[in-house]
Amino acid sequence: MAERKIRVLVAKPGLDGHDRGAKVVARALRDAGMEVIYTGLRQTPEMIAEAALQEDVDAVGLSILSGAHMALVPRVLELMRANGQGGVHVFVGGIIPETDAQALLDQGILAVYGPGTPSSKYVNEIRAAVLGEVAA
Amino acid sequence: MDLVAGVLAGERLALARLITQVENDTPEGREALNRLFSHTGKAHLIGVTGSPGTGKSSLVNLIAKAYRTPADGMQPCKVAVVAVDPSSPFTGGALLGDRVRMRDLAGDPGVFVRSMASRGALGGLSHSTAAVVQVLDAAGFDKILIETVGAGQSEVDIARLAHTTLVVEAPGLGDDIQAIKAGILEIADILVVNKADRPGVENTERALRSNLELAHPERMRTGSCGRGGKANQPKSGAPEALDEQIWVPPVLRTIATQASGVTELVAAIECHLAHLRVTGEWQEREHERLQTELNQLLQAVLVARWREGVSEAELRDVVSRLQDRELSPLKAVEQLLDLDAVPESY
Repeated sequence: MAERKIRVLVAKPGLDGHDRGAKVVARALRDAGMEVIYTGLRQTPEMIAEAALQEDVDAVGLSILSGAHMALVPRVLELMRANGQGGVHVFVGGIIPETDAQALLDQGILAVYGPGTPSSKYVNEIRAAVLGEVAA
Repeated sequence: MDLVAGVLAGERLALARLITQVENDTPEGREALNRLFSHTGKAHLIGVTGSPGTGKSSLVNLIAKAYRTPADGMQPCKVAVVAVDPSSPFTGGALLGDRVRMRDLAGDPGVFVRSMASRGALGGLSHSTAAVVQVLDAAGFDKILIETVGAGQSEVDIARLAHTTLVVEAPGLGDDIQAIKAGILEIADILVVNKADRPGVENTERALRSNLELAHPERMRTGSCGRGGKANQPKSGAPEALDEQIWVPPVLRTIATQASGVTELVAAIECHLAHLRVTGEWQEREHERLQTELNQLLQAVLVARWREGVSEAELRDVVSRLQDRELSPLKAVEQLLDLDAVPESY
């Protein structure tokens, strides 16, 4: 039996056209031995939920810099739950005000990773969440 | 949830989850493959290979779209895409970016796209790609497009798996010496020169054609290949080999970013399918493929079974004697397997 590979979808919902952050995260997760599926820019929540389903990922990262996170993130969560993927861990990166971050955490996302987050932090936390361990 | 029943009933979540089980080679995945095997063998498997950056993913996107929206009142086919990208040899991680070019396929329930990492396999596919394709076949997809990792010269596993293999080239990647080398160009059923709006497209096309002329002198005689001009153009978009039962790979130009040449490409794929059916080559290829698969499985299982009966210490001892040059590798095998001599046909 082959070892369990962690599969992560990194997606850019909405209209902002800046995906440097998403690429940095995708690269760090790749270097941590995960299989990262990158969607490219300007995805709708429907496209992201569909990709998460087809790829049977363990986690989904949403990178949002446009300020539309309070509309986009809940919609992605809702669609994924409707697809039977409520157990998939969703994390958010980008420019998210603290009050919004708390609101999103209350809706069930794993974490919000703002600018400057060391890659070891999100790599460890995502791995721990997927494998069901306590983060080191 | 019974994943096999779910897959046969067309449930997408069950399909996605079962593919993961199969890809990870779990006991559940193996059991499911046993149960699904009788439902396979119906899909037309189309391989797409070529160097990195020649536009394979973009072409796959367009081909899938063309099958979903046929122009001439035909039934749209259900299309699955398996896109393989390389795993890192150092960390085992992978960045799978083929979906970026396939955004047109989103929202269509008749399309299923799955990205796979090569996980250390070197032939352009991963070890479990064939098994994943079987699952999609059983799930009722009519066309399964299999995109290899960006392939150089010798990643030719796809030809053994697919019924129809497309090799995608782009202008400026090599001269006519590259074209007569053995390897990837030999496996093409259809040659595609993508990015045909780039300079040098005539040279690329001419090199590919003159290579075909060497392989099929009698069929290409009138083409005056290599000299350019009108006669060097394909007679029409449609290949012509059906009548004489020899398939000469057509060379087709496409511009994926403008969706140009795709209708002709899909027509050529369908023409090749008809050729396979008429000539009986479909059966031959199936036979060959299953035999290869059986051989590979036998080898893997035989080695695994043998390893169960041999201690780590014995193996280490033999390897150190190899290192000391006390023993040759062949002699070591004879000793480990307790043979008088290795069979001549090993």
